[in-house]
Parts: sequence; C-alpha cells; structure tokens
Amino acid sequence: MSMYIARSTALAARVLDGEMMIMSAKDSTLFTLNPMATLIWQAADGKTPLQEIVERKICPEFEVSREEALKDAEEFVSSLASHGILMVADGPIDATKPTQGGTQ
Amino acid sequence: MSLMTEMGQRALDRGVPLSVQLDVTYRCNERCVHCYLDHDDHGEMTTDEIKGVLDQLAEAGVFFLTVSGGEVFMRMDFLEILEYARSLMFCIKIKTNAFMIGEREAQRLHELDIQDVQVSIYSHRPEVHDAITLLPGSLKRSIAGIRRLRAHGVKVLIANVLMMQNLNDHDGVIALANELDAGYVIDPTVTPMMDGDRNILRLGLGVPQLRDVFHNPDMVGDVDEFCAIPSTKSDDHLDDLPCSAGHTACYISPYGDLYPCVQFPLPSGNVRQQKFMDIWENSAQLNEIRGITVRDLPVCSGCGHAGSCSRCPGLAYMEGNMRGPSTQDCEKSFARTGIPSANMELKASRRTIQGLVQISPSASLSSIA
Repeated sequence: MSMYIARSTALAARVLDGEMMIMSAKDSTLFTLNPMATLIWQAADGKTPLQEIVERKICPEFEVSREEALKDAEEFVSSLASHGILMVADGPIDATKPTQGGTQ
Repeated sequence: MSLMTEMGQRALDRGVPLSVQLDVTYRCNERCVHCYLDHDDHGEMTTDEIKGVLDQLAEAGVFFLTVSGGEVFMRMDFLEILEYARSLMFCIKIKTNAFMIGEREAQRLHELDIQDVQVSIYSHRPEVHDAITLLPGSLKRSIAGIRRLRAHGVKVLIANVLMMQNLNDHDGVIALANELDAGYVIDPTVTPMMDGDRNILRLGLGVPQLRDVFHNPDMVGDVDEFCAIPSTKSDDHLDDLPCSAGHTACYISPYGDLYPCVQFPLPSGNVRQQKFMDIWENSAQLNEIRGITVRDLPVCSGCGHAGSCSRCPGLAYMEGNMRGPSTQDCEKSFARTGIPSANMELKASRRTIQGLVQISPSASLSSIA
C-alpha cells in the first residue's frame, strides 16, 4: 500500500545552511532536518507517494539503495508525524487544508 | 549548546538575518505617555509593497518575524498581511494592544498558528492603565481581547513596561496574567523617541526602584543568579558581539526604512529603494556595526560588568555614541549588583575633578589682578 505525506500547516520552516529548521506551532519545539530529511519534507505535497519521493529525490542524490532509503524515510516520516509536523495517509492528502499533522 | 543557540550561531556564521521586526504602521488608537513613536502616517508601505518585502525576507532566510506597530490592527489589511506571511512559513509573533481583537480576529490568529501575541498591560487597575494609554476603557477592551485569544488557544504574553506611574502594580498584573493563563514579562526600559528626544526617559524607573524590582523573585526568578556580582575581570568576553542587531536581526519601519533594531535607529537603507539583501549585505552602517566587538568599546571594555551587562548599543547610539556606554544599562547593572559601572565611576571622577579646579568668578580674578 502506498504512503502519502503532506506538510502540516501548523509550523514555521526555513532552510538554513542546507538544513531545514522547523518549529511546531503546537508546542514551539524546534527541529532541524538533515539534508535527506529536508528533501523528503520539501517533497511532501500530499500527492506524491513516499516510495516515489524516495526513488526520484533520495536515491539519485545520496547513492543509497532503494530499500535502505525507503526504510530510513519511513522511520523519519513516522517520527515527524508523531510530532504533528507531517500528515500521513494511505491516499492523497489535500495539503491546502489547515492541518495539525499526525495520521489521517 | 541548545538547538536554538546552535541555529543562532549558524546564522551568525553565514550572515543570515534570522529575525526581523516589521512594523506595519505607526498609527495607534492609544497615546501611551511613554511611546517613542510619531503616530502620524507619513506614507506607509502598501499591502503589495509589504508582501514584496516578505517575499524577500523569506528568500533571505528570515525565520522569526515579529509584526508590530503602532497598533497593527489599525491596518485594514493586517490579516491579509499575516496570511501572506504565514504562507511563507515564518514563525510569527505579534505585538498589539488587543483592543481591536474580536471573535473574528482571535479565530483567524488561531487558524494562522501565530507563535504568540504580546500585549502591553500597564496595570490591573483601569485608572492606572488608562491613564498611561490615554484611552478610556482600554484596559477593559485589552483584557477582553486577551480572553478571546486564550479561548481560541492563542498563546499570549503580557508585557508590563514598568514606570514610576505604575510601579506598584506589577503584582496585580502578574495575578491578572495568571488568571488569563497568559505569560508575563517585565520591561523596565523606557526608550527615547525615535527622533532622539529623551524627555520621556523621566517616566522611567530610577536606581532605587530598579533595585527593588531586580531583587523581587516574582519578577526575576532566581535573585541570587540575576543579581550575581560579576566575577573578576577577564578578557574572555572582549571578542563578544554587543548584541544580535545588524548581525542576525534587523528592523523595518512602515516606511521601508531599515535599521539594525527597533531600538537602534541608525538609518541603514530603505527597502523601497533597494532590495533587502543589497542592504543587508552592503550597507555601510550595518557593516560598521558588524565590526564592533566588546574590545572596541572604549569605556565598557574595561568595565567589570562587561561580561554580564545588558548594554544596548541602540540606547548607546541614542545617547550619542554607538561605541559608548548606555547609561540606562549602567544603572541596571548597578541596581542589580550595587557595583557602579566604569561609566558611572568615570562620570563621578569628572564631577570630582570639576569640583577641584573650579574657576573663581571673574570679578575675583579681576580683583587679584
């Protein structure tokens, strides 16, 4: 089954020195994402399956096997979803609607 | 090192303007007796101009955006500006008097995930608060605005500027903040007018009052730590930067003027005439500030308080020399520790010297001749 991810709107974000800084509006927790996680986060449009993001964005950039990259990506997605800064669903997500993150 | 500190250091190393305060108007419905602004509209940026500036700030890497005034809700397009800013993913703080925050505004600020809203409250008593804002009914309206924000889950921080006029009311404001489930912060600094007029400083606290405030655990937390006597002089801090103004932070006025900080009105460019990044990278004024370390401060570098002083280079600038001391901060250091600053000692010695070499009246001189 495909996994779809979308960025929560309840946060602030900016790239600093190649790394994404994210602050959760819910609890003001600050996160920084490494370059791989930053690419995934930027591609989280709610329409592109995670698997496709990994194949198109991560594998060519980081010389990592598809299986390994997907495993890392799923762990990363799960972690961000638990903090409410990514939405995760089994189908496409309407990213224009206000969200609080988590699992749909 | 905390993530926030690390982020600040990284921004400093790479010359990124991490924080910007943008005042969208100087107009205000209140007329606070201590306010440093001219409230007439001298040609504010339009909605489109502000959106253009926000685009540039996002592109430049600005993360923390404080939107202030004047009273921000005096602008009919304020929510539109906020919506646009949030679409650019800024972490936004708002400063307002909350007078005009109704249900619609509170709901929208909640939906926009504003980080926090800072509201100035001077007293829990209308007769004191309203006498400072010079707007009858203002305390009642501001509290109603805060209640609406809190009902929608918006984080509120009550800022309590302390002056002689409201000095005895801080406990009441703290109790009010607790009742409203809002944060509380004191600000014992009255800032000179933007045009340099220092008359309003007379409203501020003197050293005895500052001493009381700084030794009150309800106000400062750990008094022993806050009022710790500085350790013996060392050179460790000499390469420190005075503050983030011009390094990772700056201020933009409603007219597009760019300054190092809202409290440091050194004209450094105008975003209506130049791109933000052109000013940020090339302004002679900002680059001059960036070259100043504590070592370059002729009086303060030799002061025992240098490692712990809250010296504001903007207040020093308004006192006449951005490399000089800020007397208001000298007084705070003295009030905290009981130890005079180098600046205070220098002034005292000048007074003594003047006393020793006092010239006789010319009539006496004539009679000697």
